[in-house]
Amino acid sequence: MTESMEVEKDELKKRTLTAWEKVQIARDNDRAYTQDYINHIFDQFMKLHGDRLFRDDGSIVGGIASVDGQFVTVIGQQKGRNLKENEKRNFGMPYPEGYRKALRLMKQAEKFNRPIICFIDTPGAYCGMDAEERGQGEAIARNLYEMAGIKVPILSIVIGEGGSGGALALGVANEVWMLENATYSILSPEGFASILWKDSKRAGEAAECMKITAHELKELGIVEQVINEEEPITNINCQGVCDCLREKIIDFLKKYRGKTKEEIVEERYQRFRKY
Amino acid sequence: MLFRTQGRKSKKIIENYHRQQLTEGLFQKCEACNQIVYTEDVIEKKHVCPNCGHYFRVTPMERLGMVLDSGSFEEWDKDLKTKNPLDFPEYEKKIARMQQNTGLSEAVVTGKGKIGGIETAIGVMSANFMMGSMGMIVGEKITRMVERATQKGLPVILFCCSGGARMQEGMMSLMQMAKTSQALKHHSDTGQLYISVLTDPTTGGVTASFAMLGDLILAEPKALIGFAGPRVIEQTIHQKLPEGFQSAEFLLEHGMIDKIVSRKKMRKVLYFLLQSSGYHANGKGEEKNG
Ligand SMILES: [Zn+2]
Ligand SMILES: [Zn+2]
Repeated sequence: MTESMEVEKDELKKRTLTAWEKVQIARDNDRAYTQDYINHIFDQFMKLHGDRLFRDDGSIVGGIASVDGQFVTVIGQQKGRNLKENEKRNFGMPYPEGYRKALRLMKQAEKFNRPIICFIDTPGAYCGMDAEERGQGEAIARNLYEMAGIKVPILSIVIGEGGSGGALALGVANEVWMLENATYSILSPEGFASILWKDSKRAGEAAECMKITAHELKELGIVEQVINEEEPITNINCQGVCDCLREKIIDFLKKYRGKTKEEIVEERYQRFRKY
Repeated sequence: MLFRTQGRKSKKIIENYHRQQLTEGLFQKCEACNQIVYTEDVIEKKHVCPNCGHYFRVTPMERLGMVLDSGSFEEWDKDLKTKNPLDFPEYEKKIARMQQNTGLSEAVVTGKGKIGGIETAIGVMSANFMMGSMGMIVGEKITRMVERATQKGLPVILFCCSGGARMQEGMMSLMQMAKTSQALKHHSDTGQLYISVLTDPTTGGVTASFAMLGDLILAEPKALIGFAGPRVIEQTIHQKLPEGFQSAEFLLEHGMIDKIVSRKKMRKVLYFLLQSSGYHANGKGEEKNG
């Protein structure tokens, strides 16, 4: 990080950030990614691979973790910090096989009665020819559909970019939380401005009116909790936020331990039915 | 005879004549082959160009007329009022203008009807209403239709057609993908049949939700079907897409849909699929013997 950026970030701490500034923070290369949260929150983690159909998509990581003595399944989009890493991570833009891997792990979690925790951080599902050929739409749709029936509690946490359907495919949860500087949107502000105003340069203006910040989405009832960031969370300073998240996750697991499978499914249904 | 006259002046007369006829609706111009064709022929051919076979876009009512037993349609939830969750400027006005232009209240018509006497819930999306984009009302109408079908033990047939999300409704539009998909899951869990029929164009959030969730997925010939639109893909990969990429035929070849069905045969195919899935003229599983 350069010195001027450091100064800039110090300044950002002191005042309320605009939606457009949050968009930049959510996309920042220093932002804490899924793997950082996994490392800091859970006591153990074993990564599992593959969709059993085509290949292992590196833009989604998943596996079995434990927290406070309870086993859970953890799944999330994983971005790379540099070009080399992104050859594998594809900038956190999953292919259909990534979503199919996620669904396989969720079904596995359900079978062995492990709650599911998803970390959402993607600019969107990958929009390439090969992704289309292998049914990107179908893969996302299938996740929405199957998640609706999963009989263990699901918690989704938007940690960075919540990019549209590609994010929602890990987001049909009993509760959805958002980091204070994360965003969750129907498409990028640039895309929004170019479609509705034929001018992608008005992205900043679009970000302000799209209601994509954590506090706005809490008001709209799209998320249950906003996780406070003292300063924009990075892979270096994430311990504090992760400690707080760990406590909240333990509470979440406790709260759902007393519920029947039917209640868990029905409450999730009603959560999304209200929109 | 009328069109064989030669000379510049008579050409002009003919052009004027065509224009007049076009506006009166006796003739229409095919956007694919540019031929002037008799509207009556077009309707008789189920809105397919008699010259080149191009599929014209049809209104929901025309669609229902082509597949349902005549007079059997009962519309549901016609008058849900569009909301403006982002307070997006001019959105209400735009909706009002769309309603006036199309005679529709939103981008989907839902209800129930009969095919060969078999009762079914049915929905038809309209490309003419804000490109069939999915906002809260589209999602709500489809969800209510599916939930009612679950209660009544009816199958669901949904003719999809959409440019994607309703941008003006922001995240509330995205949530409709989850809402409709979970309603279909519950419908399926009670053993009911869902047939989605993909028509030109089916893209974005609709493809990534109910369009691809049919027990049976049918498509009209040459329909454009995809998650990302062709232009977005070209921008992503920095190259031009090959001819026919994301066509119904392409999806069939890649194993994404069950069948391509011509308009002419659609009603028969739907009837066969309903019947073979255990639905009868008196409802599911109540077949009378003899
Ligand atoms: Zn291919
Ligand atoms: Zn033609």
